[in-house]
Amino acid sequence: MYLAPVQLLFEESRPGRRNWQTPGADRGVATADLPAHMVREKAPALPELGELDLIRHFTRLSQKNYAISTNFYPLGSCTMKYNPVVNERIAADPQWYNLHPYQDDDTVQGALELMHNLAADLGEATGLPGVTLHPAAGAHGELTALMVLRAWLDDQGQNQRRKILIPDSAHGTNPASCTLAGFDVVTVKSNDRGLCAVSDLVEHLGDDTAGMMITNPSTLGLFEEDVVKICGLVHEAGGKVYMDGANFNAIMGITRPGDFGIDMMHLNLHKTFSTPHGGGGPGSGPICVTEELTKYLPTPSVIQGENGFELSTPESSIGRVRGFHGNFLVLVRAYAYMKRLGAEGIKRVAENAVLNANYIRVKVSDHWRVPFDRICMHEFVARPTKEMREAGIHTIDIAKRLIELGYHPPTVYFPLVVAEAIMIEPTETESKETLDAFIEALIQVAKEAAAGEDFLHQAPRNMPVSRVDEAKAVKDPQLCFRCQ
Amino acid sequence: MPYIQNSDADRSEMLAAVGVKSIADLFTSIPEEVRLNESLNLSAGLSEDQLMRHMQELSSGNQASAGVNFLGGGIYDHSWPTTVDHLMSRSEFLTAYTPYQPECSQGTLQAIYEFQSMIAELCGCEIANASMYDGASAAAEAAMMAMSQTRRKKVIVSAAMHPETRETIHTYLKHIDAEMVEAPIVDGVTDFSGLIDDKTAAVMVQQPNFFGNIEDIAAVAEAAKEVKALSVASLYPVATGILASPGKQGIDIVVGDGQSLGVPMAFGGPSFGFFAAQQKSVRKLPGRLVGISNDTEGRRAFTLTFQTREQHIRREKATSNICTNNALIALRGCIHMAALGPQGLEEVACVSRQRALEMVELLDLAGIRRAFPDQHFFNEVCFQVDNDEMVALFKQNLRAQGVQGVLAMSAWYDDMDGCFTLACTERTMPEDLIALSTIARQTFIPEVA
Ligand SMILES: Cc1ncc(COP(=O)(O)O)c(C=O)c1O
Repeated sequence: MYLAPVQLLFEESRPGRRNWQTPGADRGVATADLPAHMVREKAPALPELGELDLIRHFTRLSQKNYAISTNFYPLGSCTMKYNPVVNERIAADPQWYNLHPYQDDDTVQGALELMHNLAADLGEATGLPGVTLHPAAGAHGELTALMVLRAWLDDQGQNQRRKILIPDSAHGTNPASCTLAGFDVVTVKSNDRGLCAVSDLVEHLGDDTAGMMITNPSTLGLFEEDVVKICGLVHEAGGKVYMDGANFNAIMGITRPGDFGIDMMHLNLHKTFSTPHGGGGPGSGPICVTEELTKYLPTPSVIQGENGFELSTPESSIGRVRGFHGNFLVLVRAYAYMKRLGAEGIKRVAENAVLNANYIRVKVSDHWRVPFDRICMHEFVARPTKEMREAGIHTIDIAKRLIELGYHPPTVYFPLVVAEAIMIEPTETESKETLDAFIEALIQVAKEAAAGEDFLHQAPRNMPVSRVDEAKAVKDPQLCFRCQ
Repeated sequence: MPYIQNSDADRSEMLAAVGVKSIADLFTSIPEEVRLNESLNLSAGLSEDQLMRHMQELSSGNQASAGVNFLGGGIYDHSWPTTVDHLMSRSEFLTAYTPYQPECSQGTLQAIYEFQSMIAELCGCEIANASMYDGASAAAEAAMMAMSQTRRKKVIVSAAMHPETRETIHTYLKHIDAEMVEAPIVDGVTDFSGLIDDKTAAVMVQQPNFFGNIEDIAAVAEAAKEVKALSVASLYPVATGILASPGKQGIDIVVGDGQSLGVPMAFGGPSFGFFAAQQKSVRKLPGRLVGISNDTEGRRAFTLTFQTREQHIRREKATSNICTNNALIALRGCIHMAALGPQGLEEVACVSRQRALEMVELLDLAGIRRAFPDQHFFNEVCFQVDNDEMVALFKQNLRAQGVQGVLAMSAWYDDMDGCFTLACTERTMPEDLIALSTIARQTFIPEVA
């Protein structure tokens, strides 16, 4: 970790410093025929740095981060697995990255074939054969699928159906996507086993039900044991079931959502399929749907025609949800990942992800409260014990202490159904030794917390900055250099 | 198994610790009747070497642009410094996620802050967010933000905006109670007259527009302001190397696609969308925002801020559903802008436009005229020839010489038979222009050529 402050680019800037240059520029010639009001007086006030200083600036910034390649990163729900480096090399092939989206189909057959085959493989893995690779992330996939649902309801003459049922443990993007697609959200309670309460679900089903969004495995890391029944009930009521597939890592090769009654789902290629998304993206959120819903998918999709692969528009397509053909270079990496693993490897991913999570769970459950302490899927949720809370220690203190000990903290304060939640997802790519060391750290912190150690409130003490005053950032907003 | 480190011995030990006999015992919560009995119908796994060969074989089915590329339409063949590839591939950047924990994410956070600052500067706005998916979805989000801020439902979209952006806005708006109106094109630029009224939430225009023509966005901003609607410009950011920035001309929300800022064409993605606005609308902004604060010792510290707008807090009342954005590609843009600096960006803009000016002159000699000679262009130009057959022939002749180019407008506009665009960048070499004009002459005046 690089501890010293790094000045802002703007502070490091010195007038006249040059770096990247393009010969032959002549502002006079370039602007002579333009009316004065169209032309800017002087170039945008970007920082001016030489090449070495630029390299140092960003190298030092990079060293102020925890990342998968430097630290264990058990960020629940985010599946922070190893991002294979071979995929970076593959994506760096100019025959992929130098393609223009408006080249003729016959000059991009490799790209179209890759997309076609990736879609087919994702369809096979989910049991849902209609696949679009368009959505840019999970939330974008949710929105796209909800639009597909709208189109289907319209075709059924059922557009009075406006309610989407969502379990209270769902991720925030689920309800937010509903609003964007013009649906109303109805929250379904969880039962005392942490599962979607069928009794509560039944209460809300009716002829205004458009469908349900269910996360399976759920954000509590539990498989929804009643999912077959739940899907049946929603179908009976006239709705469709969407599955938030953010947690597909736990079940791929083990079971297929299409086989347990799901109509539509998204996959997060940037999670389950290992594509790097440094700093918060890019993602890719393909959606997989049943045969019946395939004709509503966004445009374009890739089909295999007589003269090879081509872009085409599904019969009753909802239209476009973004520009061009998807986050293509993310697709290339995900495709390479699947090819390297093969059918067998994909199943091993799920098995090892689930084993790793359970291993941590059993080793720490004497020291932490684990509200649903039974075999979990790829992750589990813990929380501070009563003793810790009475000693004034909260989840935030635990998270910050873990940073101090060299771990990226688990996801905290989510899902909302568990107060002070600590959501731990190790992924399959971690070794037993890493898990053992983390378990030891969790036990150590549990003891410190139970003892109400004051230094937990000061943690982390060994990072470039200590805890940040988030209220000040809102009260006195400084969102970019110029407007300070 | 690839990427899995634990051995069978490790697994046995761990299973024992969990208190189960086999891996299968971990999956008993999945109803037996839906558990797979056989493996997925996927190919067998490949070794790394086999994988590389397979991928090479697949990619050789493409004919990537080897340098001479006049295709535009939102994705441009610009160059970028090696520093961009080098720095963004540092695994500390590459394999971190959203900087939820500021103490161990100051690197990502500071870089995003710097990105926001530079984007805001190009756009001429006070603030910018941490990125959107792409330019088209950013434009759709801008329309929705304007609706929310004005509490109005009418969105007026220039017909000269990128067709895919318009389609995206249309898809986003059709399920909510909104009215989308298209403003017609007159002589290659948008005519908003008679459309903007006190029911209007947003007036949306692209700069330069899909035909490459520079729009009078100051007038658009003015007209929107008169009825308290918000003006939205979708911006080609490289153009701000010489063109006045939209924010400075009164535009309220500036969005766009960042592909031209150091991002490979990549068959159209991933690039990043950007979203800039004025400080007063910060609470309506979609997406993540990084701000400066202090740590407990008074040191400068960067953090995610205004999170109460976002889906993880506000759920169905959030300003947007976006969670994962395109941060890593935005980092490319950040490094690229810093490497160019003011002069570097200006040079790229100048050379791109100089080449376009030269292209117009050379094609004129081949008898190819601009479709809208009264308008000003930046680096992309719409030409008109007799009909689409000639457009197709020209394209085919270019392809035969390994030159990519010619985007036929009739793919999107029924009344534009014979019209096509060509774009230049700083990578367009004088000899590329000679080649282009030679092929043009052979195509259009074969008797002379
Ligand atoms: C359970 C769950 N659903 C949905 C999402 C949204 O996915 P994305 O961030 O790719 O939009 C996430 C991840 O952030 C998630 O964990």
